[in-house]
Formats: sequence, C-alpha cells, structure tokens
Amino acid sequence: MGNENQDVKVIVFQLNNEEYGIPVEFIGSIERMEQVTRVPGTPDFVKGVINLRGIITPIIDLRERFDLDKSEYNDQTRIIVTHIEDMTVGMVVDSANDVIDIPVDAIEPPPEVIGSIHVDYIRGVAKLDKRLLILLHIDKVLSKDELTEIEKVEG
Amino acid sequence: MDMNQYLEVFIDESKEHIQNINDQLLLLEKDPNNLDLVNEIFRSAHTLKGMAATMGYEDLADLTHKLENVLDKVRNNEIIIDSNMLDVVLEAVEGLEEMTLSIAEGGDGKKDVQAIVSELKRIEAGESLESDSSLSTSNQVQENKTGSPFGELNEFEITVLQESVEQDFFQYQIHVSLRKDCLLKAARVYMVFEVLEQIGEVMKSNPSVEDLESENFDFDFYVLFVSKEEATSIEKRILKVSEVEAVHVESYTLSENKNQKQEKPNNMVNSEQKDQPQSKAQTDQSQPGNQAVNKTIRVNIDRLDDLMNLFEELVIDKGRLEQISYESDHAELKETVERMSRVSGDLQNIILNMRMVSIAQVFNRFPRMVRKLTRDLGKKVDLVIEGAETELDRTVIDEIGDPLVHLIRNALDHGIETPEERMEQGKPETGTLLLKAYHSGNHVFVEIEDDGKGIQKQKVLKKALSNGIITNEQAENLEEHQINELILASGFSTAEQISDISGRGVGLDVVKNKIESLGGNITVGSTEGKGSLFSIQLPLTLSIISALLIKIQEDTFAIPLSSIIETAIVKKEDVLRAHNKEVIDFRGKVVPLVDIRRLFEYSLDEQDDELYSVIIVRKGNKLSGIIVDSFIGQQEIVLKSLGKYLTNVFAISGASILGNGEVALIIDSNALIK
Repeated sequence: MGNENQDVKVIVFQLNNEEYGIPVEFIGSIERMEQVTRVPGTPDFVKGVINLRGIITPIIDLRERFDLDKSEYNDQTRIIVTHIEDMTVGMVVDSANDVIDIPVDAIEPPPEVIGSIHVDYIRGVAKLDKRLLILLHIDKVLSKDELTEIEKVEG
Repeated sequence: MDMNQYLEVFIDESKEHIQNINDQLLLLEKDPNNLDLVNEIFRSAHTLKGMAATMGYEDLADLTHKLENVLDKVRNNEIIIDSNMLDVVLEAVEGLEEMTLSIAEGGDGKKDVQAIVSELKRIEAGESLESDSSLSTSNQVQENKTGSPFGELNEFEITVLQESVEQDFFQYQIHVSLRKDCLLKAARVYMVFEVLEQIGEVMKSNPSVEDLESENFDFDFYVLFVSKEEATSIEKRILKVSEVEAVHVESYTLSENKNQKQEKPNNMVNSEQKDQPQSKAQTDQSQPGNQAVNKTIRVNIDRLDDLMNLFEELVIDKGRLEQISYESDHAELKETVERMSRVSGDLQNIILNMRMVSIAQVFNRFPRMVRKLTRDLGKKVDLVIEGAETELDRTVIDEIGDPLVHLIRNALDHGIETPEERMEQGKPETGTLLLKAYHSGNHVFVEIEDDGKGIQKQKVLKKALSNGIITNEQAENLEEHQINELILASGFSTAEQISDISGRGVGLDVVKNKIESLGGNITVGSTEGKGSLFSIQLPLTLSIISALLIKIQEDTFAIPLSSIIETAIVKKEDVLRAHNKEVIDFRGKVVPLVDIRRLFEYSLDEQDDELYSVIIVRKGNKLSGIIVDSFIGQQEIVLKSLGKYLTNVFAISGASILGNGEVALIIDSNALIK
C-alpha cells in the first residue's frame, strides 16, 4: 500500500569510499568484527571462520574479494552475515549503517567499466539524490567457482 | 476441517503400521499357525484403514480394506497361509507403502491397484471355497476316526508334537479315572495337571480344560502329554493324587494326522496349553509381537538440532562464567557456577541421548529386501538379525542405510551360492546372512556375515593387477587381509557379469568412502569356501567426539582420538632423512613426519626447537607423525561443519567451539597420510 512502485529494501555498506547495496532478504545480521580463526588452504580473501552464536560461519573480506586495496580493521568494520539458500557467509566491509528503499526504476544496468570490479557481480547502479549505490548479485559474489579454481591451482 | 495439521502424524503412523504389517507378515511366513501374528497384522491394517478413510485417501483405505478381508478369513482359518498368498499380500502392502510415500511427497496417494485388488479378491473367494470343501472332508475323517480320544489336532499342535519328537521328548496319551465318590473333581484334575506340568507339557485334553474345570465330565479324562519321563514314573506320580482310581499311560504317535486341516480353533479352550510352548517360540525369534505402548511423543528433529545448538551456546557461556568465577574470590558465585556445571553436564547427556535412535529403523527394511532378492536370484537365505536395539546418533543412522544395502546385496549376489552349489559342497541348502549390531567402547559395530563362498583371493589379485590397482611387486607382499580389502578399492569389481542386484558399475569403494566420511572404518575377513565377514566400526555419535587439542602458535586445533596411536617428544637429532623426507624410527618402524605448521602456512621463524612434539596417527596400516607446537590435552568436542561455503578444505574436517568461545579446527589426519 505504501510502496506504489516496487521498492527494493537494501542494506548499504561502504567499501573503499564507495557505497554498495544488498537486498535485505539475504541479510541475517550485521556483526562487529571479532576474532577470526584462519582456515589453512583457502584463498586469501577467505579470512577464516568465526563462532557466530554457536554456528561456525566462514568469513570473507570483500575488499580482497574485489581486489581492492587492503585496509586495517577498525571500530567501524562490520561483518554482514548473508544467507543464500542454505549457505551462510559473513562478509567483512568497511562499515554498514543504513537501510534504504530504492525504487526499482532508479536502478540502471551496470556501466561497461566500473572501477576494477568484474561486471559479473554487479546487478546495477542506483542513483539516489547525490549518492551512487552499487547493487550486488550476492550469489555471484559468493560463487564457489572461484574457490574451486584456486583449489585446483594449489592442489 | 483442515487436515494438514494431522497429515504429518498420519504419514508417520501409517509408515509405522505398514512396517509393522511387513514385519509380522514375514514372521508369519515362518510360523504360519501363529494366530497372534495374524491378529496383530489385522489390528494394524484396521487402524490404517480407519486413518486413511478419515483423511480422505480412498484408494489407500480401499486397498487396506481388501487386505483386511483376506486377513479376516485367515484369522477364521478359511484361508491357508502359503507363500503364494503371502506374495500377494506383501505386494499389496508394498502398494500401501507407495501410496503413503506419495502422500508424504505431497501427492494425492492415488494408485492403480486393480491388479492387486483382484488378486486379493481371488484369494478371498477362490481359496476359501477350496478350504470349505476340505473342511467337510476333514469332518468326515474325524467321524471315521474314533481311535484317538483327541480328535483332530490343529496344525500348531502337530508342529509342537513334531518338534518334541526331534528334541527327544516322549509323547503320551494318559487316561485318568477318578473315583466314583470323588467330590471335588475339578480340584483333582487341577492337581493332576500340576503334577504333569512339573515334568512336561500338557498339549491337549479331552474333555477340554474348561469342561474339566467346570466339572463337565463323568469320571474319566484323557490328556495328551509330552515329557522326558518314563511312562511308569508318570503313572506313579499321578497316582499320588488322592481319589484317582486308575491311570493308564500309553505312548502316542502322530500317524493318521497327515491331513493338516485345522479344526476351528476354540481359542478359549486351548489357550492354556498353547501359551507355554508359544512363549518359547517367541523368545526364539525375538519377535516384537506385543509391543508395549511406549510413553513417547514425536518431536521434529530440527527442534532437537536447535536444542543442541542452544545448548552449545550455553556451554560456551558456562565456560566463560567458570573462568570469571575462577578469577574472582566470590565464594557464592563459585558454588553457583559449580552447580550449574553439573546440571549442564547432565543436560548434555540427556540431549545427546534424545538424538539416539535404535538401528532397528535401518534393519527393518532388510527382511523384505532379502526375501525379494533371494527369490529373484533363486537362492535360499535365512536372514538373522541381532542387536537391532543398538542405538546410534540419528545422523549416523540416516547415512548408514545405503552402505548396508550395498553390502547385503553384495553378500546375496556374490557371497552366498545357489542351493545346488551349496549342496555339492556339503553345505546346508539354505545360506545364512547374519546382520549384527553391538556397542563396544565408544563405537558401534555393525557386522554382515555370510556363509557363502568367501573371497577368492587369487581372483581378486588377478583382477587388482589387471585393473592397475596394485603392482606386481605389491602383490607379492600383500597380507591376507590386505588382499581381502582390495575389493573395497576404487575401480574394482569382480562380478564377471553385471547383474541387476549388485555390480552396476559402482563398487564397494563407495561403501568404504561413505563409512570413512562418517568417521568409521570397515574391515573384511574371509575364508575361502566358508564365508565372509564385513565389519563396520562407527562412532557412537557424529556430533561429539573425543579429541586431542594441540596448539600451533596462537591457534588451537583438534585431532580425533580415534586416529591417534600415541604422542611422542622426538629430539631433533633423532629425525632421519630418507628420500629427502623427514622420518623417525618409531618402535622399529619408519614413520614419515608431516610438519603441519609448514603445511598450514605458519611462519616458522623459531627453528631452534630442540624437541618436536609429534602425534603418531594411523590410517589403515600406515603410520604418520604430525609435528605440532604443543599438546593441550584431551577433550570432548562438538563437531561442527565449516558450512556450505567452505567445502573440501584440505586436511580440515570441521571445526569445534571451545569453552572460551574460540574456534578450533579439526584436523583430518587421514588426509595427511598418503
């Protein structure tokens, strides 16, 4: 009734001074950074696992996943816990502090080249006032192809 | 009315009833005169029919109804049980099962059952006619036969008599006359019976026990009696009862009673005599006949998992609390925390126990499967099940079914020979397949043993060589059990022709992999010509294991105790080099060392260690030493998976949460041994 145009509710997070969005239906929770147990033999962007209220949850660093410059974790650093089907993964981001509704018609297809991120992950770009929000295909971000490729190289 | 909320209960209960009918039918095949079994089946079928009709599954109710009709006639002895008749009934039950499954999967439970229904009807009508005619002839026989005072013996009594002959009992026909002035005839009869029951078993009496008790006879009665006592001794014993005038004991033989027609059983009349021998039969077969009503409720397994997870959180917080109370001087806090620890320990046991299910769930489906397979293969096999009540964590139960099916098929197809082959080799025509489960320590063993032809070692070797599983050199050095275990290797299958039963491309290596993935292992024993024994060792539970905690720099790891042989401290100078690999001499064996710190990419700057902490682990017959920084100690840990995202991580089989909330990775030592 409120949403005449189908709005997409997204969680907004920051990575390297850019803003990204993931639809809320994929989000389990947002956590502060905590001690991560490294898992040997995994790609670099897999930081390890954490104990998330009794459930072992793998953690990936989204900066490293997107080949952005590394940065130190600080008070603002957050782990966004996402669920896709029955897979749970925590993603480390610079900060996360906003939930907004984006009208569907504000979303444009991804431009040909955007930063250094492979276009595959990007669902579209939303322009809101002066903000530019990059919407992610979360299942592509968490695609296991990359994991297995690296396994093959190492193994 | 909305039926959905009842659907789950309906499906569960239907499955239970169908399983029950199945079980009882198979028992009935072995013991066709046991009316208790028929009654039990009838009851289950009846309940099923009622439930199906209430839920609106007409086909299901209809088929059950037809089944019930047949059973009713069996109950009234109008239909004789034979294996053809049981085939049809079992087929009908299979139909019921399919319908229930279809309902469980969201279908409408409809199925074309015309064929089965008409078969059932044929049995109901055709055979009952036949038995009617034989009934009348048997009546004639009975009239003609005035010699025996017991009239027709029913089939049950005949079998008991036959068995007693085999067990060297004597059969007697005893004629007892009471004195004419006897006042309490019933009491005297009772005393006579008591005397008799001390030395043997009363099969039947004429007049019937009821009539005797109500003094419905003159002064004479006959008793059919089996005992190991001599006739004269029996006579003497009975004569000790006062007011007995005469006793005449003569031996009784089953001769004319070849016509195995049952007379209408007066259940009331023979119940007393029947009970004793029957209870014997029951213990023999350990049949789950009259199952006591358990005080149980159904709980969704997800809820148990949730409970387990919540409990784990509690354990972690408890750990923190213990730490805090340890550091503080607050006596009351310490006391409370200690109490809480005890309670949570008990709670843990209860929760783990709730997840335990008896392996009967898995075993239950095998009798029917074996029956069908043996018929298809034209073999004769007795399936003996032992220890079906053994309990295992349900996660293990869920996984163990398929490997067992595979092994049983294998034993039936390749192990046990055809009746002709068996006869030639002087074995009993009927083979035996023993399925056995038992607890031992922290493990459950499941064994599948057959008395078939065993593993032909030369054939196995030849095959393994031609398939390139082993080299010629290896072949010479293999020990017997290693040859046996070759059949579990991948790429191995000895079946000369691919049959429908087993050997459809996938070999027993699938079984082996599955069992190893469950943290168990499988061994093969075999004597050529005598049979084979597959023994599976499984952990009691997958969720809690005993492990050794170790440290590598700041991280804690766990290694399951089941694979550890021992730990050792090795001096650096004792480490030898062979083929550019580090090895140690461990009790006369050369054991390769694996530096897990290097493998797991830890920076190794402090190379000045004088001593290595080494854990000797085993995989099959191979040993390996794992170098770690330090040992922490043994602990029960809760096994958790790394999640769907991180699968197939090298040498890591999962993770566990320690008391302080820290995550410890579990090292899969099998992966470290090549």
